[in-house]
Amino acid sequence: MANACGCRRTDEEKLRHVREAIERFRGMKGALIPVLHEVQDTYGYLPEDVLHLVSDELGVPMTDIYGVASFYSFFSLEPKGEHIIRVCMGTACYIKGAQSLLDRLGTDLQIKPGETTKDGKFTLEATRCLGACGLAPVMTIDEDVHGRLMQGDIPKLLKKYAEPAKEEKRA
Amino acid sequence: MKTAEQLQQIREHVQERLMARVARPDDFGLPEAKRSVMVCGGTGCTSSDSKAIIRALEQALAEHGLEQRVEVVRTGCFGLCELGPVVIVYPEGVFYNRVKASDVAEIVESHLKNGKVVNRLIYKESLDVNGLKPLSQVGFFRKQRRIALRNCGLIDPGKIDEYLAAGGYKALEKVLTSMTPQEVIDTVKKSGLRGRGGGGFPTGLKWELTARPQADQKYVICNADEGDPGAFMDRSILEGDPHSVLEAMAICGYAIGSNQGYIYVRAEYPIAVERLYTAIVQAREYGLLGKNLFGTGFDFDVEVRLGAGAFVCGEETALMNSIEGKRGMPRPKPPFPANEGLWGKPTVINNVETLANIPPIILNGAEWYNAIGTERSKGTKVFALGGKVVNTGLVEVPMGTTLREVIFEIGGGIPNGKKFKAVQTGGPSGGCLTEDHLDQPIDYDTLTALGSMMGSGGMIVMDETTCMVDVARFYLDFTRDESCGKCTPCRVGTKRLLELLEKITEGKGTMEDLDELERLSIQIKNTSLCGLGQTAPNPVLSTLRYFRDEYVAHVRDKKCPAGVCRSLLTFTIIPELCKGCGLCARRCPAEAISGQPRQPYAIDPNICIKCGLCLENCKFNAIVKG
Repeated sequence: MANACGCRRTDEEKLRHVREAIERFRGMKGALIPVLHEVQDTYGYLPEDVLHLVSDELGVPMTDIYGVASFYSFFSLEPKGEHIIRVCMGTACYIKGAQSLLDRLGTDLQIKPGETTKDGKFTLEATRCLGACGLAPVMTIDEDVHGRLMQGDIPKLLKKYAEPAKEEKRA
Repeated sequence: MKTAEQLQQIREHVQERLMARVARPDDFGLPEAKRSVMVCGGTGCTSSDSKAIIRALEQALAEHGLEQRVEVVRTGCFGLCELGPVVIVYPEGVFYNRVKASDVAEIVESHLKNGKVVNRLIYKESLDVNGLKPLSQVGFFRKQRRIALRNCGLIDPGKIDEYLAAGGYKALEKVLTSMTPQEVIDTVKKSGLRGRGGGGFPTGLKWELTARPQADQKYVICNADEGDPGAFMDRSILEGDPHSVLEAMAICGYAIGSNQGYIYVRAEYPIAVERLYTAIVQAREYGLLGKNLFGTGFDFDVEVRLGAGAFVCGEETALMNSIEGKRGMPRPKPPFPANEGLWGKPTVINNVETLANIPPIILNGAEWYNAIGTERSKGTKVFALGGKVVNTGLVEVPMGTTLREVIFEIGGGIPNGKKFKAVQTGGPSGGCLTEDHLDQPIDYDTLTALGSMMGSGGMIVMDETTCMVDVARFYLDFTRDESCGKCTPCRVGTKRLLELLEKITEGKGTMEDLDELERLSIQIKNTSLCGLGQTAPNPVLSTLRYFRDEYVAHVRDKKCPAGVCRSLLTFTIIPELCKGCGLCARRCPAEAISGQPRQPYAIDPNICIKCGLCLENCKFNAIVKG
């Protein structure tokens, strides 16, 4: 989601988008979480200076915003990598070997779940059930769903996303 | 804004199209027959590219000039996700499975143009010696009874006219024009409907309790924060039939005296969210949401709020905090939501599947619904069947159906000739049941008595290669992670439980640890603030109860009988079977395998990280784990 909508916008456009969202939700009861969703969608994470803007505009103290942002796993206070790999850790996927996929990704990328590779290419996440249990074990890379995987499929997949040339063709 | 008469005209106009979506044996194979091609647009099938299939179909139909005679319908989930993407063609009732976009040209040319079915893509179970069986006779569908899922797979969820033609919004019209709020509540009470989200609280009683207090504002909330790993029925209903939920919310609003509804839905469900937004816009256009519905002066509107990835928000009071823009932490009860819910106002909160049952109950009457099911559990229940079972997918059966019928007759049993070991129901709040329980009828009370629960209806099948101690560890890892931290028994207790389970799976456990697991579990159950903590120990308690020997094997013999717990495994190469190809050594990420070409290789257990890659790659089955 982060990359799909955020990557080609300039900083100015992003900020304008956030300001528009604030206007849209202003006055609505419980507006904070919908606004944070927009910020997360726009930037791929919640940058501190943007949160200050949200705080000023909505009149919500930064402490409350931090409390909410750190509570929900959908929100991140750190920037993410170019590609986000989410391995589904729902029960059906776990029973069918999702842990070995996650381990293999960790070994190949040399990061733990929740971390981003040094070159900023990949962020690895263990995610809650995606509800595609018929395709277990499942992982998503950005918006693409890959199902019925074996750990042997991992190197090929990583290569496909790491190569910039193919990346452009795909897009 | 449409009047009741205009809605009826739309129904009659579109009905013909819906009627074409049934098997009509008389038209079988007639090239000139009017055909409907149903393509599943649920999450599972969309993930395996059903969108591309729809595009390819439309293109190929245009090329052959068949657009007028063949209708392509993007539907909700058919249930058989394992075989996705699924395409069904009427009037033949042909079920094509695992269809690729590249197969479309053949389907159009051969079947839709010339009336000749494409045999190689047909779902094998629907064929027998006499040819094609009607879908209703196929094992997967035969024992099902679809009430909550009635429109999934029949209508295009993006078109309100199709929902209307399937009888949609008739129930809302009926309650607004001919029933009092109390009559609505009485009907729901008499139907015996109980909450489908987990607790099983009687729905009619919940409505009555919320109708009672006087307040300037009341709310109706639809809980679509489906968080149980392995359960996806709520998502499928929202994706396949979003209007049924909106209609039911409006009915509830009328019954309790509320004009505002909220749907709290997981942000992880983009397709469901999109279809909900579409449905709300359409319903407002037709005057089925908004002001003065059916000219009766009753106002009702619905707003969508997205979750942000917190399992605990499935708990009703935590969910209300989240809608209010706060951390999603549960509140102590009482006060109950019926008196002080969202923003302190009386609130009904119902699960998606519960709501989807409401319109048929209103239209067909309480007695009709009450006649289905068991003595204390009425109606049907949708289960998400997954794990080690042939037909992974969504099934809806009458309450009282046995586990064996669901897993073996509908689910097709265990794949790859493996042996059934356990079935987990109720997600992280539920427990594991064994072969001895397979003939038990499924209802709220039997499952609870056996130490599990209905929960939201996740049903994960496990075979002999699943380690029950590891399953308990998996669930505790989940609940520990999702515990909101407000109360100590849950915050600290789940962590201690997880540590004990990790100790056991690493082969460092003692027999005293098993007693401690049990003692601590009971304490957490008795003292936690909300349902999350009160049920979190269930996976531990039920596996201890039914699979104690597996725990003992881990503790006393330092063995994992299912071959899952890594610390207790050793990988060895059988010299007699090893051909010395060296593939395992090249694949080993830890360089733990050495040897000479054409001589048996060997694994150094001190370096081995037990990833299992060697075993996966060996072509001669020369590597064993144990």
